[in-house]
Amino acid sequence: MSKRIGMEIAMAAAEAVALCRPDVIAAYPITPNTHIPEHLAEIVADGHLDCEYIAVESEHSALSACTGASAAGARVFTATSSQGLLYMYEIVPIVPSMRLPVIMCLGNRAISGPINIWNDHSDYMCVRDLGWISMFASNGQETIDMCIQAFKIGEHADVMLPVLVNLDGFQLTHVVEAMMMPDQEEVDKFLPPRKPFAAIHPDNVVSMGTLGLPDIYNEAKKANDEALINSKKVILEVWKEWEKMFGRKYEPIMSYKAKDADVVMLTMGSMGETAQVAIDELRKEGFKAGLLDLKLYRPFPADELKKALKGVKNLIVIDRAVMSGGAAAPVCAEVKSVMYDDPNRPVITNDIIGLGGRDVRVEDFKKIFKKAAAAKPERAYEIYGVRG
Amino acid sequence: MTEKKWPETWQNVNPGLMIFKPASSRSYLTGGWRAQKPVYDNTKCIKCGVCYLFCPEACITEDAEGFFTADLNYCKGCGICYHECWPRAIKMVED
Repeated sequence: MSKRIGMEIAMAAAEAVALCRPDVIAAYPITPNTHIPEHLAEIVADGHLDCEYIAVESEHSALSACTGASAAGARVFTATSSQGLLYMYEIVPIVPSMRLPVIMCLGNRAISGPINIWNDHSDYMCVRDLGWISMFASNGQETIDMCIQAFKIGEHADVMLPVLVNLDGFQLTHVVEAMMMPDQEEVDKFLPPRKPFAAIHPDNVVSMGTLGLPDIYNEAKKANDEALINSKKVILEVWKEWEKMFGRKYEPIMSYKAKDADVVMLTMGSMGETAQVAIDELRKEGFKAGLLDLKLYRPFPADELKKALKGVKNLIVIDRAVMSGGAAAPVCAEVKSVMYDDPNRPVITNDIIGLGGRDVRVEDFKKIFKKAAAAKPERAYEIYGVRG
Repeated sequence: MTEKKWPETWQNVNPGLMIFKPASSRSYLTGGWRAQKPVYDNTKCIKCGVCYLFCPEACITEDAEGFFTADLNYCKGCGICYHECWPRAIKMVED
């Protein structure tokens, strides 16, 4: 039976991953995800988990080792943040192209420079288009739930893709929260051992990571893109199963008081819970305010977004990364792209907040809300609270 | 070659472009990339095998008499054998 625990979220994520019985973990420490692989190393060293823990010399090696182990049929986990992700960047698109279900926790952190160890989503935005299923947790409970769900989704015979579980650096990784931790029996029941589609073995010859010349590259890319798009079906199934078993509901876009709202904010990650408080206060002031919390970023839930925005007059997309020189910030650019064909689309404004760990407070959301509800902005996007 | 080299459609692509037939690269004839081919003059060849050792494609083999030839199905015409052959038994000629 699940147990109520009070624990730092990074360590709880490690405990949740350990319950999934990974065969191989290869990781290199980098703030702020460090406590995840560090605590897993403790669990393995203490003999609680039968797992090959590879202490590699870099993130490039970490993901390379995970790729090889996954190709050999192992259940594999790694974790990183920011510069570590950039250091392993070369391998990141190779994992989905080989259809290997490597599971990775990304403790979201700003990328350099200027050098900064605190939270924003700029590290994830560097890899969003590389073929990984990507989820954003907004609290500790979602983090541990998504870690366990990720294995089931990624390893599913109809999916075979890597999964990124994003948790905001410090705001989540270093915060102690009360969570329900499933027990081993429950996780074993939910998550059967991995049955790989193919595994490299001397007796069963298979070539993986093959050359794709111009004659086949188009078809290979299309096949991978379709696999990622189609993974949503399995994601929804697994979330339904999770809800049945553990009573906690997951949807690609979670709606908070948005059903009858005129003005809606859309956030990702830990901002969602802060924004909920702002929505409550705005409702008390008489605004018909609502919140959409984007949990699934890849594959992008376009249909769910259109449905959620029916009847909404103003949409405020809150981003936590700059798409330098781009048309908007990353989430908003995508939201606008989805809504372009919808004749009843809301007026969409875009504010970037919380870069490099700057505090995101309830008052900030209320200010952004009131500004957007009042008038159309002059610019496509604004960095909220920037001095000058 | 009667066997199809590539899957016709994206639906026929194996997941992850995996290949289950061993040594399938043999069916990819890189000789088609060649502009020049090596031609051996066995009157100058001393059977040292330097060309065989240096060939990056490993397409040079020794025959029964101890002379060497390049398999033109795979030879890309890089000319390394020609460059390394110090008795000058190899010439590169337009293909």
